[in-house]
Amino acid sequence: MSSSELPPSLYAAREPIFPRRVSGYFRRLKWWVMIVTLAVYYLTPFLRWDRGPNLPDQAVLVDLANRRFYFFWIEIWPHEFYFVAGLLIMAGLGLFLFTSALGRVWCGYTCPQTVWTDLFILVERWVEGDRNARVRLWNAKWDFRKWRLRLTKWMIWMVIAIATGGAWVFYFTDAPTLAVDLVQFTAHPVAYISIAILTATTFVFGGFMREQVCIYMCPWPRIQAAMMDDDTITVAYRDWRGEPRGKKHENTTGDCIDCMACVNVCPTGIDIRDGQQMECITCALCIDACDEVMEKIGKPRGLIDYLALSDEKAEREGTSPKPIIKHVLRPRTILYTALWSLIGIGLVFALFIRAEIDLTVAPVRNPTFVTLSDGSIRNIYDIRLRNKYGEDRKFHLSLTSDQLLRIELQGTLERSVVVPADSTLLQRVYVTARPQDPAAGIARTDLRFWVEDITSQERASAATVFNGKVSQ
Amino acid sequence: MSDNQTERRVDDETGIETTGHTWDGIEELNNPLPRWWLWTFYACIVWGIGYCIAYPAWPLVKGATEGLLGYSTRGEVAADIEMFKTRNAELSTQLASADLETLSANDALQRYAVSGGAAVFRTHCSQCHGSGAAGAKGYPNLLDDDWLWGGSVNEIAYSVRHGIRNEQDSDAHWSEMPAFGEILEEAEIETAVQYVLKISGADHDAGLAAQGAVVFEEQCSSCHGEDGKGMIDQGAPNLADAIWLYGGDAETLRETITYSRFGVMPAWGLRLTDTDVNAVSAYVHQLGGGQ
Repeated sequence: MSSSELPPSLYAAREPIFPRRVSGYFRRLKWWVMIVTLAVYYLTPFLRWDRGPNLPDQAVLVDLANRRFYFFWIEIWPHEFYFVAGLLIMAGLGLFLFTSALGRVWCGYTCPQTVWTDLFILVERWVEGDRNARVRLWNAKWDFRKWRLRLTKWMIWMVIAIATGGAWVFYFTDAPTLAVDLVQFTAHPVAYISIAILTATTFVFGGFMREQVCIYMCPWPRIQAAMMDDDTITVAYRDWRGEPRGKKHENTTGDCIDCMACVNVCPTGIDIRDGQQMECITCALCIDACDEVMEKIGKPRGLIDYLALSDEKAEREGTSPKPIIKHVLRPRTILYTALWSLIGIGLVFALFIRAEIDLTVAPVRNPTFVTLSDGSIRNIYDIRLRNKYGEDRKFHLSLTSDQLLRIELQGTLERSVVVPADSTLLQRVYVTARPQDPAAGIARTDLRFWVEDITSQERASAATVFNGKVSQ
Repeated sequence: MSDNQTERRVDDETGIETTGHTWDGIEELNNPLPRWWLWTFYACIVWGIGYCIAYPAWPLVKGATEGLLGYSTRGEVAADIEMFKTRNAELSTQLASADLETLSANDALQRYAVSGGAAVFRTHCSQCHGSGAAGAKGYPNLLDDDWLWGGSVNEIAYSVRHGIRNEQDSDAHWSEMPAFGEILEEAEIETAVQYVLKISGADHDAGLAAQGAVVFEEQCSSCHGEDGKGMIDQGAPNLADAIWLYGGDAETLRETITYSRFGVMPAWGLRLTDTDVNAVSAYVHQLGGGQ
C-alpha cells in the first residue's frame, strides 16, 4: 500500500474564520439586541424589590439555600415548581413558534452563544483590525507585534468572561453583599468555582470555538428542521436573479458579481449561495453585505433576502410572492400561539388563585390508631403549615367530619400555633373518637382539616381519613 | 475487507469519500470530526490516568488501590460526623444537664433533643417498642396515655436510664408479681379472672366475679389497688382500663395470673450518654402519651 492510498485523517482542523465588518439594517438590529440582552443579564441581579424586613430585597433571586425563587412580586416555593416547569414549556413552545415562522431567529439574534461571539468578534476587530488585517496577522510570524495584539485581545476577552461568570453567581445570593465578599476573597468557594467554570466556558466558546459550538455541540440545529416548512422565512439567495455570476460589465451575467462579500461577513464561514445549510444561523449579515454591494452597482437590493421556500417557487414562475403576514399566519403558527397562550393564561390564573397559607397532611400510619386508657381511639397526623407572608402569623386549626371527632395539638392546649414568617412548621395533631362515638368503631371516616390565618381570615383545607378500631 | 479499503469510492453528490459502509443502500460519508474533538478525547484519557493515581480506582484482591490523595467515602462520613459533633457540642452539653420539664421553653434545645432522640430511638429502642413506638405484646405502646412507671418526662427518663427489672443497675425499677398458680387453686384463679374482666368492662360471669372480688381483695389489691387501677410506684398495671400489655381476654389473664410476667428493660444509662438518654426521653414524651 503506497502512502497515497493511506486512509485520510479522521479529524479535521478548524478552518479559521475572519468575519468582515458590515453595516446595515440587520447589523443595527443585532447591535440593539446585543445591548438589551447583555444589559438584562448583567444588571438584573442588582435590581431591588422591597418585600419587607424578613425577606431578601433582590428583585430576581434563586435562593437555593432557603429553597425560594423570587421574581419581583412573585415568590415561588419548592412545591410550586410547576410554575417554573410551565415557564420552561412556554419557552419551548415560543421557540417552536418563532422557528416555524422565522426560522433560526433565536440562533441568529438572541442565543447567548451568538451574542457573546458577536461581542468577542467586536473586541477582536477593535484590537487587530478588520478581516484583511486579521488574515495577515494570522499568517504572520509570532513577533512582538503579534504577541502584543493577541495578548491584548485575550485580556479583554478574559475581563468580559470573568464579568460573565461573575454576573451568574449574583442571581443566587444577595448581589451587592456578594460583590464585596468576592473582592475581599471571603465569599464561599462555590462562588469562585462557579465563576471559574463559567469564565472558562465563556472565554473558550466565545473566543475560540464559536461556530463549532453551533455546528457540533448544539442539538437545536438538528431538531429545528421538524418545525420548518415551505412557509418558514429564512435567509436565502435569489439564484434565479444572481446566476450566472460574474463581473458586472458583462451583460450576459446575473446580478451576482461574485464579490464574496456575503461569505466574508459570515460568522460561520459558509456561502449562502449554496442554498439552505445546517451551519446557517440566519444572522442576516450577508443580507446587509449584499445590499451594500447591490446599491453600489446600481442593482435592486434583496439578492440575498429573508425568503420562504414557497416564495422561491413563485418568483421562479414569475408570479408575485405571498406577503409576509400570510407566511406567518398559518395553522402551525396559530396552533403554537394558541398552546403558548393557553399555558400562559393557566399560569397567570394559578398565580392569582394560589393561597398565601397552605397545609399538607401526612397521617401517621405506624400504627394506624392508638387505643387510650378510656377506650378512646386516637389517630396522629403530621401537618405541615406553610406561611408565605413576610411576617409571623397565628394559624387556627380545626376539622370537619360527618362523625364526632376531637382535635388536639401536640405541646399546647390551644388550637392555634404561630408559624414564623416565610416558613413551614411541622405540627403533630391528635384526633380522638370517644369509645361511644361511631368513628371509633368504623374502619374509615372521612375528615377535613382546616387552617385559618387569624390575621387575614384566609382558609385552606386538606382531606384525610380517620381509622377506627373494628372489632373482629 | 482489505480489497474494499484499497478501492476508495467518492460520493457523486457531495464529492466526499465514503467509508465503504452501506446500510439499505445508504452509504456513510467519511466526514472528518473537528480536531479539537480529538484533543478533548486525549484530555479525557490524561484525566482518567490522573484520576486513577489520585483516587482509589483499581480493585485488588482485598480492597483497592488507595490513591495519592488518601480519599475515602468512609473518611468523608467520619469527617462529617465530627463536624456535626463540633457544631452541636454546645447544645449537646446543655442537654446532658438540662431540666427536661422546662425543655420546651428553649426552642433550639427542644428541637435538637427531639430530632436526636428520634435517632437514638430508631437505633436502640425500636427493636422492642417498634419503629413507630406502638409496642407489641409484652412491650409497652409509648403513644398511649397509660404508663406503668409514670409518664412525666422525668419519670420516662428514669425508666430509660435505670431500666426495669435488670440486675445491672441497682436503681432499676423493680417489682415482681407472684405466680399465683403456686398459691391459689385453679378455681380461685378463675374467679379472679372473671373479676378482672368485670372491672375492665368486659363480658364476664357475674357469679364467679363476685367470688373473685374476695380473692382480689386478699391477693391483688395490695399492688393493683382496691379499685384495680394499679400503682405506679409498684409498676402495677391499671386493670380497669382498655390497655393491656399482654392481653385482656380470659385466657391471657389466666396465664398471667397463673405464671406471672417478668418484663425486662436494659438500663440505658449504662450504655448511652446523658445527652442521648435525655434526648430519647424528650422524644418519647412528645409522641402523644407524655404527661
